[in-house]
Amino acid sequence: MCACSCGKKDIYLPELATITDRKMMNDTEVYIRLTLDSGEELGHKPGQFVEVSVAGLGECPISISSSPTVKGFDLVIRNAGSVTNAIHQMQVGDKLGIRGPYGSGYDLDTLAGKDLVFICGGIGLVPQRSLINYALDKPEDFGKVTVLLGTKDFDQRFYQDEIAAWHANDAINVLETIDVEHEKWTGNVGVVTNLIPKIEDELTDAAILVCGPPIMYKFVLMALAEYETPLENIYVNLERRMKCGVGKCGHCQMNDEYVCQSGPVYNYSELGAVPEAI
Amino acid sequence: MSIKKLSKEDFKSFVSGLISSDDKVVGVKAKGNRFVFGDLESADELRLDYDVTLLPPKKYVLPQVETLMTYEVKGEYKTECNAEPTVLLGVHPYDMVAINQMDAIFSQDEYDSHYMARRENLTIVACDVVNASENVFAASMGSATVKDGFDVLLTDLGDSYLVDAATEKGEALVAKAAGAADATDEDIAKRKQVWQKNEEALAKHKLNCKTSDLPGLLDKSYNHPVWEEKAKVCYSCGSCTSTCPTCYCFDVQDDVAWNLETGKRYRAWDGCLLEKFANVAGDHNFRQRREDRFRHRIYRKGKYVPAKIGGQVACVGCGRCVGACTPGIANPVEIYNRLLEDTNL
Ligand code: SF4
Ligand code: SF4
Ligand code: FES
Repeated sequence: MCACSCGKKDIYLPELATITDRKMMNDTEVYIRLTLDSGEELGHKPGQFVEVSVAGLGECPISISSSPTVKGFDLVIRNAGSVTNAIHQMQVGDKLGIRGPYGSGYDLDTLAGKDLVFICGGIGLVPQRSLINYALDKPEDFGKVTVLLGTKDFDQRFYQDEIAAWHANDAINVLETIDVEHEKWTGNVGVVTNLIPKIEDELTDAAILVCGPPIMYKFVLMALAEYETPLENIYVNLERRMKCGVGKCGHCQMNDEYVCQSGPVYNYSELGAVPEAI
Repeated sequence: MSIKKLSKEDFKSFVSGLISSDDKVVGVKAKGNRFVFGDLESADELRLDYDVTLLPPKKYVLPQVETLMTYEVKGEYKTECNAEPTVLLGVHPYDMVAINQMDAIFSQDEYDSHYMARRENLTIVACDVVNASENVFAASMGSATVKDGFDVLLTDLGDSYLVDAATEKGEALVAKAAGAADATDEDIAKRKQVWQKNEEALAKHKLNCKTSDLPGLLDKSYNHPVWEEKAKVCYSCGSCTSTCPTCYCFDVQDDVAWNLETGKRYRAWDGCLLEKFANVAGDHNFRQRREDRFRHRIYRKGKYVPAKIGGQVACVGCGRCVGACTPGIANPVEIYNRLLEDTNL
């Protein structure tokens, strides 16, 4: 006879969720909207992630892209391995396994009342959108919202309809750039750091929220250093190889930080003692 | 709880009785001229005079490969739990300390019901060390003896065992032993001598500071040349982590049946010394360099894991990694001592 804790919640067991909307965003990114089959809301904070599970292939950590102020939740998934490839084949009505939400997300209490500047490189926009839309839905909680957005190629841009709507919305100031010139593009060309001088006034008091590929952080942080942005005002969102999501397996660790528990969003001033972070 | 004494002959009948009961009985037995934990078929097989086992008993709480759930490919996920009541005979104090540490890790924050199910199904009979292994340094790490975690603690007193039942489970187990007599003060004093002797005998490598100094020492040693020097000859083979009683990192994988309709998800031991441990999608490796992986293990033992478990050092001094590492670089004490030479605490 088994005298054990089988009755306790199994932290590794995914619950099922159904795809209610789906759209290819560009060649490599698919957008999906999910609702939990239990009928419950995910109950996440902006900046948290879920473990998405495909039976037979495994799990991968994916940032939640939508604000908790809307029902259901959005994920944007890059086709970069067997699990994500399988998700790309799925259609509306198909089911995925979900665990989470995990991570500490953005610290909404500390951000309250502040101007927010989002600096996003490529798919770095995906997790940031959870807070951008949250702030737009709760204008009384935050100051001005500014978004700097850098994408490598014209064709890789995504959330284009939504970004167009942001451009038309006075509550948010969006500046975009692409790395490589394109005949259909009349806007800024160059890396995202080039946009930073354009918002110079914002750089001392606003909360600066940075998310992008690993290589981007160094350059953005260097640029911010020139404007003497206080380190406590800078937040970075760090991708790691999360596996268990619950602080056990060791995969996400950078020095003594377990990204799955204390991250993936960190206040930059706290990363001085974490050389493996950036 | 109570302390009894049992002659070696009565102890043997007691073990025979356990083996013929319904519970699974696991103990230490010889394999060639080494020792392993394995299913016991007869009481004669049990070797409580062993020095150290090849693998630690962690496999009974965290198996090398463990199914977490099964599923139908288009359906629900179902928890798999096949923990069975098991009596584990002959756990040395350092391995007991290691299990206590893992208990803390797996029950804190998010409760790991898979680990805890196995743990709660174990009845652990620990035993004080009789013969010190070649590389054991448990005494340097404060784990030559152990105060808790076990259900029963045995101490070899020559022709008999002192049998200390520390939990209700332990009492119930010992109640099955015929011929047990109450231990005398003299017997208990003898155990104290064994403990004192082991504080000396189990110190084949001496740590030149207190274990509580290690986090501070490591704080000052991140860029020390020793990481590169040692890691130069590291094979990234992972033997030091797989033989370690306190290493618990794991990977999670899926396995589908041939019909592609059903499958299972399992976890398997993983190790931070292995090259791909910190790979992320898109093939970026956050710990690409061997010296970074080498350093990470030593930091986990001396600083990172201790921060999660109330400051206990996460090396219990079993010495297994010392013997398992072909180039001879894995001994944490050697590294800590080397750092101490160059550092003012
Ligand atoms: S680090 Fe080596 S000596 Fe320490 S507990 Fe692990 S295997 Fe044993
Ligand atoms: S330290 Fe030794 S045992 Fe560990 S991975 Fe390197 S060569 Fe293998
Ligand atoms: S993902 Fe397993 S410990 Fe963080």
